[in-house]
Amino acid sequence: MSWSEFFAMGGYGVYVWGSYGVAALLMVLEVLWVKRRRRTILRRLGRINQMGAVKVEHEAET
Amino acid sequence: MKPRHKRLVFIVVGLAGIGIAAALILNAFRSNLVFFFSPSQVVAQEAPLDRSFRLGGLVKEGSLERLEDGVTVRFLVTDNAQTIPVIYTGILPDLFREGQGVVTQGMLGEDGVFRADEVLAKHDETYMPPEVAEALEKAKAAGAGQVEEGGEKP
Amino acid sequence: MSTAGINWFKYSSPATFYPLAGRMIPWFAALAVVSAVAGLYLGFFVAPPDYQQGDAYRIMFIHVPAAWMSMFIYVVMAGYAALGLIFNTRLSAMMASALAPTGAMFTFLALWTGALWGKPMWGTWWVWDARLTSELILLFLYIGYMSLEAAIDDPRRASRASGLLAIVGVVNVPIIYYSVQWWNTLHQGASISFDKAPTMAATMLAALLVMTFACWMYAIAIVLMRVRNIILERERHSEWVMGVLEEEK
Repeated sequence: MSWSEFFAMGGYGVYVWGSYGVAALLMVLEVLWVKRRRRTILRRLGRINQMGAVKVEHEAET
Repeated sequence: MKPRHKRLVFIVVGLAGIGIAAALILNAFRSNLVFFFSPSQVVAQEAPLDRSFRLGGLVKEGSLERLEDGVTVRFLVTDNAQTIPVIYTGILPDLFREGQGVVTQGMLGEDGVFRADEVLAKHDETYMPPEVAEALEKAKAAGAGQVEEGGEKP
Repeated sequence: MSTAGINWFKYSSPATFYPLAGRMIPWFAALAVVSAVAGLYLGFFVAPPDYQQGDAYRIMFIHVPAAWMSMFIYVVMAGYAALGLIFNTRLSAMMASALAPTGAMFTFLALWTGALWGKPMWGTWWVWDARLTSELILLFLYIGYMSLEAAIDDPRRASRASGLLAIVGVVNVPIIYYSVQWWNTLHQGASISFDKAPTMAATMLAALLVMTFACWMYAIAIVLMRVRNIILERERHSEWVMGVLEEEK
């Protein structure tokens, strides 16, 4: 079996690869979204944390 | 009763209520959720005559014929009890085969011929390699032959 | 340490669960990748073409796992929502809301791959039969759950309201599963069910089961990733989160 035959899927290539392609795309996108969300949260919490730390230091000084 | 138990009771009662309601609604809708009518139902005049409905069954073996124009086909839809002739102009789906399931949408004419404007193939839940299907077919043919020869039925 | 002595409630605390989930994610992710490669190999190179459908039936190896996951994730989500409502545990509510987007994704995939399978085989992308319609309702339930949760600002009230919707929606799952038996549908019956032998060649079945396992592993990994985000967001005021932030630096 040649590769072009394999990708043709007996004439159903569009349907078969359309199914698997969208499935793979959605799963990759979902992982990227969740990872991006995590970075955003960590960044935001980091800022809050810093502000808190500054405040605590400030309070300790006075 | 602790609030935790109260909530549990609330949820269980709520779920039971919804379940019963859903069961009742489903039962009421049961007849309306019919996707297609079988030839027997059509013969028993359960299908509407004045509007379009779906007719489902098996394409009778050896009944498919193409008319002269090349795009119109005639075939018989059967449920092994009753048979309805169908006429259809258009492209048939890839899985359309004699002996296979089919669901057609259209109107029943007064001459008893079902004029379909849509033909969908219905397949079953069996999946196997072509060689296995062939072997099964052979075995079936051989088995049928034996029964005839022996003259006894299982 | 005796196994009977494990305090399960300890693991229902977000502070304990957060690092535990973090350690488990790479394992599930690795299992997902390995089993997906194995499953695709079986599905495309080992499994023979079908006697009726040729190669088009290979859509089944993603369609059926996606459809199974869509129903199963919903049941698990509703279970966590119920636990959250009854015991008021924070983590259960977070798990429920972490499961919803992945469940919705698999529901969409089941519908999408079903349409791409239906067009060449049945002759139509879509019909309003009981199986397809009830699966579409499942997608709406997921979307409704997520919108309801997003619409309410207070996280506790949000998870209570959306949790109730999730529990009510569970009635749809048996309807999807049994729709092909209860009504006549264009969709065929189940090839694999609890009460009879599978009507499928062994290599096809193997590919299908390995792909299903891959989807399971993927779902667990991504849901654990998402629940860690949700934990960080909702627990941001607690001290242990600050400790985590120090470690992440």
